[in-house]
Amino acid sequence: MAKIKNMVDIKITAKELDLRSCIEWIMLSEGGGVDLFIGRVRSETLGHKVVQLEFEAYEKMAIKEMKEITDHVLKTWKVNRILIHHRIGVLRVGDIPVVIAVAAEHRDAAFDACRYIIDTLKRTVPIWKKEIYEDGEVWVAAHP
Amino acid sequence: MKVSVHAFGIVRDIFGNSVISRELPESANVGDLRVLLEEEYPRLKQLSSYMVAQNDEYADISDAVGVHNEIAIIPPVSGG
Repeated sequence: MAKIKNMVDIKITAKELDLRSCIEWIMLSEGGGVDLFIGRVRSETLGHKVVQLEFEAYEKMAIKEMKEITDHVLKTWKVNRILIHHRIGVLRVGDIPVVIAVAAEHRDAAFDACRYIIDTLKRTVPIWKKEIYEDGEVWVAAHP
Repeated sequence: MKVSVHAFGIVRDIFGNSVISRELPESANVGDLRVLLEEEYPRLKQLSSYMVAQNDEYADISDAVGVHNEIAIIPPVSGG
């Protein structure tokens, strides 16, 4: 159990995500491949100029759902370390809302697991973003 | 029984509050709770979808509502 715990680093924070320490932590593992996904705030969405994004989380459920994702990854792929950091609060264009890193023996597992994590996070983890434009605001994905 | 319902994202805007309290029959399930809320807040029906969570887990429509459970309305998520 202790070993598995050590392999996963999950965090939701209102502070700026620290890329360097994410990379340092993931590089402490062994294995041949590390995959890193960095999400960034776009400057434009569907023709609207983005002023800022506001992220909020149902924090304890979000952590639980992220753990379910990492449990599935550990059962499915040969990975050594997994990191998921998500920022909440007000973010501006170019800021980083999410960092995902996977260290594995081989690149296929690293790529596949990383892709699975970001895709599943966007589907199941209770985090919401409101996009504030120059000409209005919208809760992303709320309406068809 | 009186239950507290937590709201996030657009549902907090719809409720006008981050938590509301409502009276439900003792035997109520999650589906009953949805019907009650949709009657009071028709804008819920305009969402792409929404889920109900009990104690930090997505609940099925047939699950019984527990008076001591932490109940939350989860509109479509948009993290990442």
